[in-house]
Amino acid sequence: MSVYGGLPERAGGFGAALLAFAEDLRGEGVAVGTSELLDAFEALGHVPWRRQQDFRETLAATLAKSPEDRHVFELVFERFFFRATEAEATRHEFGQPALRAVDSARLDLDQLRRQIAAALTQGSEAAMSDLARLAIAAFAQEGSGVVGVDVQRIRRALGLRAEPRVDLPPDDPRSRGLSREQIRRFEQFLRRELEREAIARTAALPPKRPLTELDRALPTGPIEDLAAVHRVVAQLKRRLATEGHEQRGRRRHAQVDVRRTMRASLQTGGVPVELKYRPRRPRRPEIYVLCDVSTSVTSASTFFLSVVHALHDAFRKLRSFVFIERVSEVTEVFESERDFRAASTAVSRTAGVADVSGYTDYGRVWSEFLELVGDELHPRASVIVLGDARTNGRPPCEAAFQAITSLAGHTFWLNPEPRLYWNYGDSVIGRYEQHCTAFECWRTDQLEAFVKALARSR
Amino acid sequence: MRAAPPEPTSVENIAAGLRAVGYLPGGSTALVSLLATKLGKPVLVEGPAGVGKTELAKALSRYLDRRLVRLQCYEGLDEAKALYEWNYRKQLLRIQTETDGTGWDEVQEDIFGEEFLLERPLMTAIVSSQPVVLLIDEIDKTDQEFEAMLLELLSDFQISIPELGRIEARTQPVVVLTSNNTRELTEALKRRCLYLWLDYPSIDHELEIVRLHSPQLDEIVARQLVEIVHQVRELDLKKPPSIAESIDWARSLILLGANEIDEAVFRQTMSVIVKHRTDLDTVAERVGRVLERS
Repeated sequence: MSVYGGLPERAGGFGAALLAFAEDLRGEGVAVGTSELLDAFEALGHVPWRRQQDFRETLAATLAKSPEDRHVFELVFERFFFRATEAEATRHEFGQPALRAVDSARLDLDQLRRQIAAALTQGSEAAMSDLARLAIAAFAQEGSGVVGVDVQRIRRALGLRAEPRVDLPPDDPRSRGLSREQIRRFEQFLRRELEREAIARTAALPPKRPLTELDRALPTGPIEDLAAVHRVVAQLKRRLATEGHEQRGRRRHAQVDVRRTMRASLQTGGVPVELKYRPRRPRRPEIYVLCDVSTSVTSASTFFLSVVHALHDAFRKLRSFVFIERVSEVTEVFESERDFRAASTAVSRTAGVADVSGYTDYGRVWSEFLELVGDELHPRASVIVLGDARTNGRPPCEAAFQAITSLAGHTFWLNPEPRLYWNYGDSVIGRYEQHCTAFECWRTDQLEAFVKALARSR
Repeated sequence: MRAAPPEPTSVENIAAGLRAVGYLPGGSTALVSLLATKLGKPVLVEGPAGVGKTELAKALSRYLDRRLVRLQCYEGLDEAKALYEWNYRKQLLRIQTETDGTGWDEVQEDIFGEEFLLERPLMTAIVSSQPVVLLIDEIDKTDQEFEAMLLELLSDFQISIPELGRIEARTQPVVVLTSNNTRELTEALKRRCLYLWLDYPSIDHELEIVRLHSPQLDEIVARQLVEIVHQVRELDLKKPPSIAESIDWARSLILLGANEIDEAVFRQTMSVIVKHRTDLDTVAERVGRVLERS
């Protein structure tokens, strides 16, 4: 007889369940090692399990070790234990009383709407769970059977919207509008209750739903993309700043300044007791960014401009240029404008200078760029070109490009097109690629890959 | 004789203890602190700047009545600064004062003794006879090689010195590593740590913190203050205001004797919470306008 009210133990008991949970986590891409599992088991020995909060936090602290992993962990935890409970319930036939029995005529629908909105603003879990069941009882009579569809239908029927509704009295929370986050949470409850009901009806567990990209995305504001770019660029900055240090390795200690050592040795009678080292002077990277803003890369140029914008936050010695047919320097715009939107409008104004026919002319761009900064380029400078290398049939002028790359220490090309389209049509990236390192770059994770490659190449 | 240092036994226990020393832990903070003391594993604390990561280590050291040993990380930090270094001047003098008769072997044995070892923070934490709290601050500022060097220390609490052999910890230190998440730390390091993500606190939690640190401030003003700070954090700023800055702001409001935050007061004092010129413009425009309207 076990403590769980006489239910027979499942094979393997708790340990097996936890292993299955870890397996689930691994399936969703969280790297859970054996040592971490051992930690989890040991940690659970020190924590009371009376509250789900403590149990969950203990597992999270030992198994999920980054904000992203933590987010996935929450979702998998929810899914796993929901399914585990339901599986047990079906096994023992603890079905829930059928909700259909509730007579919707007896429910005051308007009252229900108000209550749900109030529960949402207070954020009480238990209340939301109960109200979700009530809402399903009231509105799901002619359910479609597809959970996602039903959730949205019920939400609409409940009138849960983010926009403020001025027609309602001011004490109703809906009059000020509900936050998207709260609505999303309530939808989760609805989904869970609908799933639970479906399980009770069919007495079988449906196959588990793998997490989608949307699930995985951390809940953040509309500036998330920009924030992601800033994060990657912060990494880029570190890489560039420590450039070359790792190669020097231990040698960095060995640079004794003989002159200063001898002078210091006079104090100790000519015995060099104190060694004086040459101070280490970190090199300041100098970067030139060339960004294509022509119509063929319209969708990518916002992304690119935000990269440039983030780079300006990170580096002081940075000059940026936009080009279409001609080159135009925009360093000042980015330096004086903190707000990205204002900066990009200012840039599109400046870009007018660079635009004559709206078609990129790489040959002209290279020669003008050389003219502008050719004297300042030196082996410690890096040039980063952001563009699709589509010449519109004009001559690519590799020679001029080669002149730039030979003056600068490193040249990188970030191409917003998938590699599949490279060198098709009027794309001449292959000819430029001989002189520089080219990367495919149209998502932040590819930008991250570029940063990694950058670190490796040095 | 001092009272015996407290031995936390439950989450409530440690939460109350941390409160008593002036740190209000969130739910998971207390739990992870408990696990850290129980399991003897290092804790990796990540989160944005100014949410009390370093403060947590200090509070733990006050609560557990242990000495705090702090290693501030920076780019280019190496083992000579973090672990130990041979005091080569002393070694040199030792060799010079040597009489002619002694052989090289004896001298060599002599000059690589503990007498000639300069202890750096990590070493201090290991050899201390009293248990300590070891804070390794801003680990993400160092390079991966340094992380790799830490692994031995973090998993076995020991240090290998080629000339002396292995030095093992005499007592179990509580280790707290903090990171601002500017760089992905290596898997190997993470595997050895418990993980705690500290985010900006909720309005109620932050209100409690502000009230704890500046109890003279009127409750209504304090709530208004915290709400404004939360609004400001929503904006896309170079540096969103931290908890410490909310507290500073509360203190400056007390000094000014303000009994509500209106637009004029806000404009005068907002430089306490926002420190970049461009940020100031954004905040003045967005939040200032809201206050003006109300």
